[in-house]
Amino acid sequence: MTRALLALAVFAALAAVPVFADTALLTLVARAMIFALAAVSLGFILGQGGLVSFGHAATMGIGAYAVGILMEEGVRDALVAFPVAMAAAGLFALVTGAISLRTRGVYFIMITLAFGQMAFFVTQSLSAYGGDDGLTLAARSTVAGARWLKDPKTFHYVVLGLLALTVLVCAMLARSPFGRVLAAGRDNERRLRALGVDPYAYRLVAYVIAGGFAGLAGALYANLTEFVSPAYLSWHRSAEFIVMVVAGGPLSALGPVLGALGVVLLEDGLAHLTEHWRIIFGPLLVLLVLARGGLKTLLGGRRDG
Amino acid sequence: MTLTLFLVQMLNGLQLGILLFLVAAGLTLVFGVMDVINLAHGVQYMLGAYLMVTATALTGSFWLGLPLALAAALVLGLLLERLVIRQLYGRDHLDQVLATFGIILFVSEAVRMVWGSAPLAIPMPEALSGSVRLMDGLNYPVYRLVLIGAGLGVAGLLYVLVTRTRAGMLLRAGATNAPMVSALGVDINALFARIFAFGAMLAAFAGAMAGPILSVEPGMGDNLLILAFVVIVIGGIGSMRGAFVGALLVGLIDTLGRSFLTDILKLVLSASAASAAGPALASMSVYVLMAAILFFRPRGLFPAPA
Repeated sequence: MTRALLALAVFAALAAVPVFADTALLTLVARAMIFALAAVSLGFILGQGGLVSFGHAATMGIGAYAVGILMEEGVRDALVAFPVAMAAAGLFALVTGAISLRTRGVYFIMITLAFGQMAFFVTQSLSAYGGDDGLTLAARSTVAGARWLKDPKTFHYVVLGLLALTVLVCAMLARSPFGRVLAAGRDNERRLRALGVDPYAYRLVAYVIAGGFAGLAGALYANLTEFVSPAYLSWHRSAEFIVMVVAGGPLSALGPVLGALGVVLLEDGLAHLTEHWRIIFGPLLVLLVLARGGLKTLLGGRRDG
Repeated sequence: MTLTLFLVQMLNGLQLGILLFLVAAGLTLVFGVMDVINLAHGVQYMLGAYLMVTATALTGSFWLGLPLALAAALVLGLLLERLVIRQLYGRDHLDQVLATFGIILFVSEAVRMVWGSAPLAIPMPEALSGSVRLMDGLNYPVYRLVLIGAGLGVAGLLYVLVTRTRAGMLLRAGATNAPMVSALGVDINALFARIFAFGAMLAAFAGAMAGPILSVEPGMGDNLLILAFVVIVIGGIGSMRGAFVGALLVGLIDTLGRSFLTDILKLVLSASAASAAGPALASMSVYVLMAAILFFRPRGLFPAPA
């Protein structure tokens, strides 16, 4: 009950942002919400499935590139581009997940990392679409021909709506029988197998769903920055997503939202202090990890309970 | 594609493989013995190169600079183990990934502040700056040959160290059952600290040796770290032999792919399609290799005993 209230409070606050914010702050908050969307999808497989994917930025970047490439080819409408972005990211997740999920634990971390790098290098070699330098979008996507997304306030509410939808879908999936099988595979794979259930297919489906949502986040991010570049797929960003999920507590759908908002705002704040903000952020991260037992119980709660 | 060019690229691939082995050896040693997944291993390679920049500038000599840089890397490794890594023993791999990622951010930024973002160069030692004639029409830089030789030497030394000495015996025992070794009266914390620092020094050695042929820049450790992960995943995590075979395999395939894949594709595709697909496929080749190997052997070529 308290968690539902907390969620309501967070989303109400986000909904109120355009009332007082200027364009710079709106852009920052939109960025935070887009990263939150990607973090929620990662939180779903990480928290519910126990799958530490280190290639999540790649699926988000593929979504961004789908929008950029389609626009370059003359397809500007979000109603086409966004589903294509989700499908492309989902397809990448399906192929790489089918191989990666044959392994567990630290192997899984490294293989998803390697596949993420592979996607990174492919975007780097796309010389027709900017290669190393990235690709500048002609404009934001249209929605059924209308240029809604151009207005920062409308864009804010579109992102907020999609974020709320993602949180809702992930929370519902977590409570569904599907989510319970995932959680059972995370907690005690041997027992699940003894019941005659092979978790592989469940994990793969979850992995594809998470990839699809990350693709949606990428499509939104391409629209926010009106630019796509290989840096969007960098493994540093995948690590940042994991930081967001862990900082917020991976066991509820709301945790990654709070984590993402916190991390993006903190980075922005530190960047205002000094251009060498990473020299502060790095040690903070180490301290967060060393103190994690406490944070986990603070924000946690069991997603499947 | 001439035979000479092919041989030169084989040597280049061997040389990349050797560098990868030096980095992957430390990575897999720390993981295999201490069960710590250390993402910061890549920045230790980078740090080795930067320390070498300063040490050669201070002493004015490659040969005095190298031991100095290695000693500094060793000390920094010990410091890092004491400050952070020690707290991570026995914790979740996720915790280790996040904490060592924090270290990466810190060290990369510190390096930018101390040495700047612009690429630096380490001067080639005078005695090794020429090239040597290996056969008709095949000249190869001496320095690269020395690098290959030094790497093979370290590999041999490691083999003897692990299989023939008391420290190696403790190391192998620690990898199998650390609490038991500890119960037998071995100071396991000191052993772990030494192994970690030794791994850091191996990575720094690779960085210092690569300095004269690559540019020394803040991001240099990143790509090598990911390739080193590919190496140890292919070879089997914790297996030194796997790291050696995997590193040579990855070094050769990556180098040969980049030099010849476009030409090979031209045999079956149009010239423009081949030049577009070649580079992309070449940078994917090692990952394709990894996926293929894992498909048949999910725990790598030489799985370490569980």
